[in-house]
Amino acid sequence: MAEVALQDVGKSFGATRAVGGLDLTVGDGEFVVLLGPTGAGKTTTLRLVAGLERADTGRILIDGTDVTALPPAARNVAFVFQQYSLYPHYSVYDNMAFPLRAPGQNLSKDDIDRHVHETAKLLRIEAKLQNRATQLSGGEMQRVAIGRALVRQPTIFLMDEPLSSLDAKLREDLRVELKRIQRDLGATILYVTHDQLEAMTLADRIGVLSQGELVQIDTPRAIYETPRNIYVARRLGSPQINILDAGLLAIAGVPAGAAKIGARPEDVLLRCDGGAAATVRAIEHLGVETLVLLEVGEGLVHALLGGAAPFAVGDRTTIKIRERAAIAFDAQGDRIPPPPDRAREAAYGT
Amino acid sequence: MSAGATSAHSVVESKAVGKWIAGLLVMAYALVAVVPLAWIFSTGFKSPPDSISYPPKVIFEPSLEGYVNLFTNRSRQTPEYIESLGTATTWYDDIVRKRNMVITGPSRFKDRYVNSVVIGFGSTFLAVFLGTLAAYGFSRFRVPLKDDLMFFILSTRMMPPIAVAIPIFLMYRTLGLSDTILGMILLYTAVNVSLAVWLLKGFMDEIPREYEEAAVVDGYTRLQAFIKVVLPQARAGIAATAIFCLIFAWNEYAFALLLTSGNAQTAPPFIPIIIGEGGLDWPAVAAGTTLFLLPIVFFTVLLRNQLLRGITFGAVRK
Repeated sequence: MAEVALQDVGKSFGATRAVGGLDLTVGDGEFVVLLGPTGAGKTTTLRLVAGLERADTGRILIDGTDVTALPPAARNVAFVFQQYSLYPHYSVYDNMAFPLRAPGQNLSKDDIDRHVHETAKLLRIEAKLQNRATQLSGGEMQRVAIGRALVRQPTIFLMDEPLSSLDAKLREDLRVELKRIQRDLGATILYVTHDQLEAMTLADRIGVLSQGELVQIDTPRAIYETPRNIYVARRLGSPQINILDAGLLAIAGVPAGAAKIGARPEDVLLRCDGGAAATVRAIEHLGVETLVLLEVGEGLVHALLGGAAPFAVGDRTTIKIRERAAIAFDAQGDRIPPPPDRAREAAYGT
Repeated sequence: MSAGATSAHSVVESKAVGKWIAGLLVMAYALVAVVPLAWIFSTGFKSPPDSISYPPKVIFEPSLEGYVNLFTNRSRQTPEYIESLGTATTWYDDIVRKRNMVITGPSRFKDRYVNSVVIGFGSTFLAVFLGTLAAYGFSRFRVPLKDDLMFFILSTRMMPPIAVAIPIFLMYRTLGLSDTILGMILLYTAVNVSLAVWLLKGFMDEIPREYEEAAVVDGYTRLQAFIKVVLPQARAGIAATAIFCLIFAWNEYAFALLLTSGNAQTAPPFIPIIIGEGGLDWPAVAAGTTLFLLPIVFFTVLLRNQLLRGITFGAVRK
């Protein structure tokens, strides 16, 4: 395992800039998730690290060594693709042994056998080793694909939406398993997804990409609570954050110059004293929680309530944002840090 | 979907009447296709008089005379001379002597057949080999003027090859390739390689790049990835292409007639001119044709599994 650093890396395909001026460091044993919509440059970033694409500008360092000009084979990275990861003409065993049989590995038959069985055990696919790759279910295939990456000791695991082709239940299972394996092995992982739940649950740090640029990189919690701009705020959290005109609701402590106010649905309080008048427009029961769509003046606000909502569509109620929960954005969409909280400073001395 | 709504469009079970009609059509077609082959096969085992009898004989006394005549040269002798030779020592001597003839030596059929095998399989191997590499290149790399090159390759098939027979004849004479096995291999390869490139490019395009990329990341070189990952997956395509190329090279008649004679002549121009006494020796021609068909049948059956396996990209989810 090793530290991987991208320094001012840029890559264009013809006139299209895929990645620009990217600075990113993945620490040893760290799980970094790149999050962004299609075309944000997530996959290109992974391919640059793997050496499948050559960077136009900047440097890529693995463990302090400049690998920018090295071919993929010389980088000792492992790549898990979204699909097409298994060779259909090989058995599961041969698929997993494939990286170990590469030239330069010089492993004995026994060593290969041992590594394959250890990895298969870790992933719970031992019983399937002699099957043809084509006889596996989707979840098993992705397990084997991850196994192919785990079977040797690469400097970094690069994973390009490895779970996105699976159904929801399986994705959840494998997500938990992947996190367990990462902790057990202390693996360095750079992981790409557009699924914010995956990002939140897996990552030590999340990097949010937009149009080839890293907008913000921080812990999941920091990104959720203090997004750098509206774009980042919208990428995390489900249901999505409410972005309201600053004047729509009277909120205490909103800094001057705020053009938009972000309020997470769970921070919207209903039936409270001194709130603004609102009308219930729709109710979605999500099981544990209930999502209520409200009309406030000219705007629409989502509120997430724990438990069942004591409302019917058309009911009138009052609405308020939880204290200090509102996130203020300026006219450019960038977050304005809240003014220092005097009362809090007085109480805690910070 | 409700059962009533689907009956008209069901692809699962057809009506019994439809099955019968389909079966009859297949049988009728099979009859049309098989009768000439059966006739050739049976003619090969007829005696020369039976082969030209009218009305044609369906039931006849089988004889190996056609095959003996195909492989031998014979000369007519007087009955006294034949009697002076004593009893025949081999079964084929016996057959020939009944017609008052003696075997003077082997015919050239074996040489022609060997030429066909060498030229057919040689040119097929070359065309498929070159085609595979070219198709891979066109499929994976940024080739300048790719579309123009692909069109150029295809354009070589836009006229019948025989249209350039005279230039090729002159060219081959100058280069000393006329009537040589090498010349015929090169010629058939040139004709087939365009087909091979186009067919195989389609197959290569279907193989996801991720396979090679995974192999390259795993520490293999591009060439190793090609051999270990791409080739096995292109197997069905290569088999199909090889059969097409072989059938063309094997059956080609016009160039073989024009460019070869004593040395590199293949079987197709040789078989129809096997002359017996008083005209064509039909049983020998039929015997030669039967033997000529066998390799193609064998080759196709051999590769049938590869063809049927088709494009099994089963380990991927599309």
